[in-house]
This record gives sequence, C-alpha cells and structure tokens, in this order.
Amino acid sequence: MAKRIDAKNLNIYYGKFLAVSEVTFTIAPRSVTAFIGPSGCGKSTVLRTINRMHEVISGATVEGDLLLDGENIYGAGIDPVDVRRTIGMVFQRPNPFPTMSIYDNVVAGLKLQSGRLRKSELDETVERSLRGANLWEEVKSRLAKPGAGLSGGQQQRLCIARAIAVEPQVLLMDEPCSALDPISTLAIEDLIQTLKEKYTIVIVTHNMQQAARVSERTAFFNLAGVGKPGQLVEIDDTQKIFTNPTDQRTEDYISGRFG
Amino acid sequence: MTTVESAGSSLASPPGAGIRKVKDRTATTLVYAAFAIALVPLIWLLWTVVSKGIYMLTRNGWFTGTERGITYRDAGGGAWHAVLGTLEQVALCTAISVPIALLVAIYLVEYGRGPLARMTTFMVDILTGIPSIVAALFIYAVFITTFGGERSGWLVSLALVMLMIPVIVRTTEEMLKLVPNELREASYALGVPKWKTIVRIVLPTAMSGIVTGVVLGIARVAGETAPLLILVGYSPDKNANLFSGPQASLPGLIKDQFSNLGSTTILEGGKRVTVHYAADRMWGAALTLILLVMILNLAARVIARRSAVN
Ligand SMILES: Nc1ncnc2c1ncn2[C@@H]1O[C@H](COP(=O)(O)OP(=O)(O)OP(=O)(O)O)[C@@H](O)[C@H]1O
Ligand SMILES: [Mg+2]
Repeated sequence: MAKRIDAKNLNIYYGKFLAVSEVTFTIAPRSVTAFIGPSGCGKSTVLRTINRMHEVISGATVEGDLLLDGENIYGAGIDPVDVRRTIGMVFQRPNPFPTMSIYDNVVAGLKLQSGRLRKSELDETVERSLRGANLWEEVKSRLAKPGAGLSGGQQQRLCIARAIAVEPQVLLMDEPCSALDPISTLAIEDLIQTLKEKYTIVIVTHNMQQAARVSERTAFFNLAGVGKPGQLVEIDDTQKIFTNPTDQRTEDYISGRFG
Repeated sequence: MTTVESAGSSLASPPGAGIRKVKDRTATTLVYAAFAIALVPLIWLLWTVVSKGIYMLTRNGWFTGTERGITYRDAGGGAWHAVLGTLEQVALCTAISVPIALLVAIYLVEYGRGPLARMTTFMVDILTGIPSIVAALFIYAVFITTFGGERSGWLVSLALVMLMIPVIVRTTEEMLKLVPNELREASYALGVPKWKTIVRIVLPTAMSGIVTGVVLGIARVAGETAPLLILVGYSPDKNANLFSGPQASLPGLIKDQFSNLGSTTILEGGKRVTVHYAADRMWGAALTLILLVMILNLAARVIARRSAVN
C-alpha cells in the first residue's frame, strides 16, 4: 500500500525567510529516494513538508502543492494529523519515549491514535514491527524494559519499528544513520531494502556511498547562492547521478569539487 | 627532539603553577566554608525542633487527642484536631491549585504566544510576590465583607491557593521546558494530536519534576499563619467541617500555645519541679508540621516513581 508523491512548486518558509524555493519532483511508490546536498540547503526542510511536520515550527509555512496519490495534502479540509498517520518519519537522533517500555514504544502510535486495542492485537503488532525493524531477536526477552536502555543503534531501529507499527504508506528518514556505528548502519540499510517492498521511502543522507547503496533515485539539493534559498538541482536515477549527472553542480558536488 | 623535551618540562612545572595551586586551594576552602556556614543554621534549627518536640510526639494521645479544656497548667493534650485542620485546608487548596497551575503552565509552554502569554507570565510574577496576609485580606474582603460569609477553613484554602499557584506554575514551566522537543515531534510524526501528545508524552516525561513542584507548593503554604489568623481563627476542639466555624491547624496550635506560655510547678518524686507544658506542646506541633510536610514529600515521590514506571 505504498503511495506516489508529487511535489509541485513548493516554496517553504520559516517566518519571512524563504528556506527552499520552487521544488518540484515525483517519487514513485515502492522506491527509495535519497536527498543529498550540502548542509543548510534545505533537505530536512523539504522532507518535513512531505508529512506536514514543517508547520509544527511556529511561523513556518509552505506554498505549493504536495500530492499523495493525486490528493493534495495541503488542500483545504485536510487534517495534518491524518497526513502524519499515512506518512511516517524517523529522525536523525533516536528519540524513543523515555517513560515507556520497549513494548509500549512500539505501540505508542497505535495506542495514542485510537485508544483501546485488544492485547493480542498489540502483541502481534509488536512482534511484526520489531521483526520488520530487525530488532526482535535482540529485545524479545526484555520487552518490558525501558526503551531508552537500548544502544543507540537499537534505539534507532526501535524508532523505525514504532514508525512502521502504525502501517504508514510512506516512510521519511532524516539522516537515520548519522549517529550510528558502521554495523548498525548496515543493519538499517538492509532494513531499508526490505521496507521498500511495502513502503515508499525517502531518506536524507550525507553519506554518498549510502545514497548509492540504498536508493534508486537521488535528488541533489543546493543553495542557489550565498544568502539565497535552497533549490532542487536535479533528481534522477541514482546510477545516473553518480556516474553521469546532467548538471555540472551535481558533478562538482559528487566528485568533491564543491564550493 | 629539543622541542619535545621543552614541552615536557613546561608541562611538569609550567610558569605560574604555584600561584594556580594556591588559587585552587583558596577557592576550594571558600566553597567548603560557605557550605558549612549554610548548613549551620539548618542543622541547628532541626536539632532545636527535634530535641524539644520529640517529647510530646512520643507521648500517648498526641496524635489522637485535642486541646479541649487544656491550659498551660495541664499536662497532655493532643494535636489531632490541628493535623486534621491543616490536612483539610491544604488538601482543598492543593485540589484547587494543581489543575489551575498545571493548565497555566501547559498554556505558557506549549501554546502561549504573543501578548496574552506575556501578560500571564507577568501576572504569575506578581502573584509570586504577594504577601500571604494581603491574600488573606483580599479573601476576607470578598467573601466575608462583600458576600457576608462566615470565617471558616475553606477561606484559608482560597487564600493559600493564591500563594500556591505561582510556585507550581513556575516549577512546572521549567520542567515542561526540559522535555526535549524531539519527543513532541516524534509523537506528532506518529499522527498523534497535540493535546494528546501533551497529556500522554510531555506530562509523564516531566512528572517527577511536576510532583516536586506540587510538594514545594504544599511546603510553602502548610506553615502559613497570617491567613489562619484572619480567616479562621483557632479552635482547641476538633472541627472537621471546612465550611463552618473556627478550625485548628498546626500553625494555629503553635501560635495558640505560644500566646499562652507559662510555667507551673508540680511535685515529682517528692521534689518541686517547674514544667512548661505549653512550650512542650508548641515544639511538638512544630515538629509535627515538619514531619507532615516530609511525609507528604516522600509520598509524592513514591507516587511519581510508580507513575513514571508505568
Ligand atoms: N527551525 C528553523 N527556524 C528557522 N530557520 C530554519 C529552521 N530550521 C532550518 N532553518 C533554515 O532553513 C535552511 C535549511 O535548513 P535544513 O535544516 O533544511 O538544511 P539541511 O539541508 O537539512 O541541512 P543539514 O544537512 O545540515 O541537516 C537553513 O538556512 C536553516 O538555517
Ligand atoms: Mg538536516
């Protein structure tokens, strides 16, 4: 049940500050798309507009359309809470809920969204999500222990389990491996490969090898100039971006001749 | 090689190392001295209250009896009426203050923007500075002078509410601000509405701090005396009714015994001894008050720990 994303002429603001301008792209269902680009060019900002997390920041606004299977999530009468149920998110730093056990962390979304659920249903969800996040074997004997007691990499996989427990159709990941060691990183990259069979995945990363390894499509973002807003330079097949990009700026960035 | 050697020797005894050590010693000594000086009055106070008050607390009937018909010439007497009054007044005050203060703090941290929030903060600041006797006079003016009410315990609770709210608002605000924004975002990203995020994620995360704030608020008001004098007076008898008549309280008992100090001479084992029954009861009540606040404190901590684990 993955969905297709069409962004049309997005202008994204923090108050009066235009952070990203005129972004247009299409993301196919059941694919992995990587966002790359220098720091501060607006990758996180664009990612957060896809599930309407951007407007959580006070004064932050978005112009333009973002279509999820043709339906504008910025349309009138659309509740951002519903959008976020459909489009899950994993953050750069693992952020399990500190007051909750591993078990409760996984079902937090379900419980908080819809209240009472049967125990057997919850048990099933916990096992399925933790297996899905490749964490089940490591934690199955201590589900009642606090989620914050896991290692950083385990916490991040717990957060992925928590995100997929509510069965979203799109999964957004903002540098999910930047706080992790190489082994946890590999575990999460493997996970992304299996997740893409069910979800549309967008991942922000500073690690080019990672982008090349996990994604089918890559979008390169850049600042239009000093003091100018960020922009989408090009989006294309990852293979093409890394071997034969259309734009000279992409070529420079990829080959390290940037700046 | 020479550079390495010189670096090594300069590490061993860099210029000015002696002075730095002296400065370090001096600062350490000063810090410890200040700590000791701050501790002296505290320990002294505790020692005085405990040593003078423990006698009454260990007597039979202190926690069950009242002061009915007892003068400074009489031994015995109890504090049950006062404990009950204080508990009732503080409980009502807490029941009113906590919801209001929590809502104000939540508003200020999670929703408050612009002039209304600034005004609320300003009002809380002003409230923090209000002397308890002014709060008492205000309640008197409104409920007794204007509405013709009767002096009674619940008016004390109302006056204490004005003292308690700012304490709880302040500490709760600080605790809510300590909750990392990432947790709120994690919750929003799961499709949880804002109010539910606050109730189920933010408040539980800040719970132990909030409980500390409530306990601080209770400690702040439990010993207040001015509102008692103005709004309820004192009764040596038990009065469990918050809404009618004079009611005892621990500060009230302390004040009452203090106003009726006096010594009397008795025969003990064939010898004449001078005894101070009222003073004994005064210290006993003081120690009881301290213990009461401490027990509430401990109970609140246990409750907070329980709720945090769940
Ligand atoms: N909360 C905010 N308030 C105001 N401006 C912001 C905020 N967050 C980001 N910005 C600005 O928006 C622009 C894009 O930031 P963004 O975080 O999207 O960059 P990024 O590409 O994700 O960078 P990085 O690779 O370092 O994570 C930057 O100029 C940044 O200063
Ligand atoms: Mg970023």
